[in-house]
Amino acid sequence: MSEGGQIGSNGLKGAGLMRRFSDFLQSAWKTIVVFIPYAWLLIFFLFPFFIVAKISLAEITIASPPFTKMIEWAGNGIVNIRLVFDNYSYILSDSLYYKTYLNSLKISLISTVMCLLIGYPMAYGIVRSGPVAKRVLLFMIILPFWTSFLLRVYAWMGLLADQGTINNLLIGLGIIDEPIRMLYTEFAVFVGVVYTYLPFMILPLYANMEKLDGSLTEAAADLGSKPTNTFFKVTLPLTYPGIVAGSLLVFIPATGEYVIPDLLGGGNVLMIGRLLFNEFFSNTDWPVASAVAIILLFLLVLPMTIYQYYQAKAVEEGQ
Amino acid sequence: MTGTRSRFLTIMITFGMAFFYIPMILLIIYSFNHSKLVPVWGGWSTRWYKVLFESEEVWNAVSLSLQIALVNATVATILGTLAGLAMVRFGRFRGRTLFGGMLVAPLVMPEVITGLSLLVFFISLKELFGWPAERGFTTITIAHITFSLAFVAVIVQARLTGMGQTLEEAASDLGAKPFKVLTAITIPRLAPGMISGWLLAFTLSLDDLVIASFVKGPGADTLPILIFSRIRTGLKPDVNALATIIILIVAVCVAIAALIMFQQQKRELMDQQLAERDGA
Repeated sequence: MSEGGQIGSNGLKGAGLMRRFSDFLQSAWKTIVVFIPYAWLLIFFLFPFFIVAKISLAEITIASPPFTKMIEWAGNGIVNIRLVFDNYSYILSDSLYYKTYLNSLKISLISTVMCLLIGYPMAYGIVRSGPVAKRVLLFMIILPFWTSFLLRVYAWMGLLADQGTINNLLIGLGIIDEPIRMLYTEFAVFVGVVYTYLPFMILPLYANMEKLDGSLTEAAADLGSKPTNTFFKVTLPLTYPGIVAGSLLVFIPATGEYVIPDLLGGGNVLMIGRLLFNEFFSNTDWPVASAVAIILLFLLVLPMTIYQYYQAKAVEEGQ
Repeated sequence: MTGTRSRFLTIMITFGMAFFYIPMILLIIYSFNHSKLVPVWGGWSTRWYKVLFESEEVWNAVSLSLQIALVNATVATILGTLAGLAMVRFGRFRGRTLFGGMLVAPLVMPEVITGLSLLVFFISLKELFGWPAERGFTTITIAHITFSLAFVAVIVQARLTGMGQTLEEAASDLGAKPFKVLTAITIPRLAPGMISGWLLAFTLSLDDLVIASFVKGPGADTLPILIFSRIRTGLKPDVNALATIIILIVAVCVAIAALIMFQQQKRELMDQQLAERDGA
């Protein structure tokens, strides 16, 4: 809040009282501006996590809501506090959960690498295009980003199904006799994640590359560096922030993905988002679902912190 | 860095764009398929569009989704703009780190976690205060605002950082009160960012399935929830028709927005050049 005083002293050269009043206005106004979104996020974003944490320490019962109370008034001024860690020990000991977490991390990690391998050359190509081509290509990247996520996943159901477009085409061309099973496999989930998250990789990379100083690569070339050498020694290290931002923007949400494994993986692909959803809605086991969520959050805290660091830096640099 | 694209990069872009667009083009073509089985071609027809327009269920879902999206986009733009102003223009204030964290976390938070936490929150609220008595429009809208405002804040922050502070400082030096500076200078200059933010919040809300599935009550089906319940069991030709309409609307809107933004950028660039020439 140091700015208020500064502006006041620079500007209004009126009486001291006047200035103090305007300083007050300035600071009160700022408090209101901060307070409204701050309160909203505290109430609707942060606070609900504590309730999830609380429920994760309860037991399932047949009641509404279906979990035991943490604090109970037992009469005579005695308060019972019950914390049950069974849900955590259950999840950590049951190999289904363990495998599902591992499989989610594996799928999102491989998808992130695939997005990077496809997205990096695309972003670099767009940066190196002429001004008109650049606009058109950027528009073409942003367009899928704005169209329904659900419908883009649905489009792949039509392509990958046993009687889908790809199998029909291959059979029609006489390449295969029997349809290849692609829908409801892990392969379909990879395709779905890469397809839907690729724009999230390309856009931060593009923003980062667009700011690169072209004279650096020119200088390297003038000093006799070969293009591949220049790429690995100059361009790649300079685009590191874009790589990190794009990768985390794919990796973190993909790990908890629900729609893609449900529609394209069917029951055959274990992913934690789908397990959590089913635990909550099909088994109505809220305490276990909450514990699953808390563990997932715990796994993603580090990547989220790194992402926040890069995002804050990018905003300060005005990207 | 422009104008020198190697053959490898051109091939990658072509390949990438084909990957992006072939599935959507096929989706559109098959929406005109007469056959009930989506992948089996039975001749051209607009039969499924008729089925779609006659479905009351679809219209109800569209109407609910649009109402939620409108309220969400408007409130999220206001809150996100305030948050962006606070982050960029207020220097250090108490709790800024936590605030910044809460503004970034919704961008990447897995939807199942946000959805679950908001649902248990609404249920606890109902137990304590009897509100919200029913889950539906209100709870979905609150949930959408919570993540949308973070996206608006990112856009607003970028715009605020980009436009600098010289004009605001000049206005204060000339005696304008802070609130006057905000309404007369900052907000108008911020408008393009706020409009992009509004549009993004609107789209995010129309697009959300997972969070709405958690916080909705019985019967309150938004469009994505309706689509999802239909396609879970396989391909549905009327969903193809719906997808085609949505893709076309989005394409037209994004094209118009891109053109407007392009004009705006050109004008700003010209203003800048004029100002520089006058200054010299």
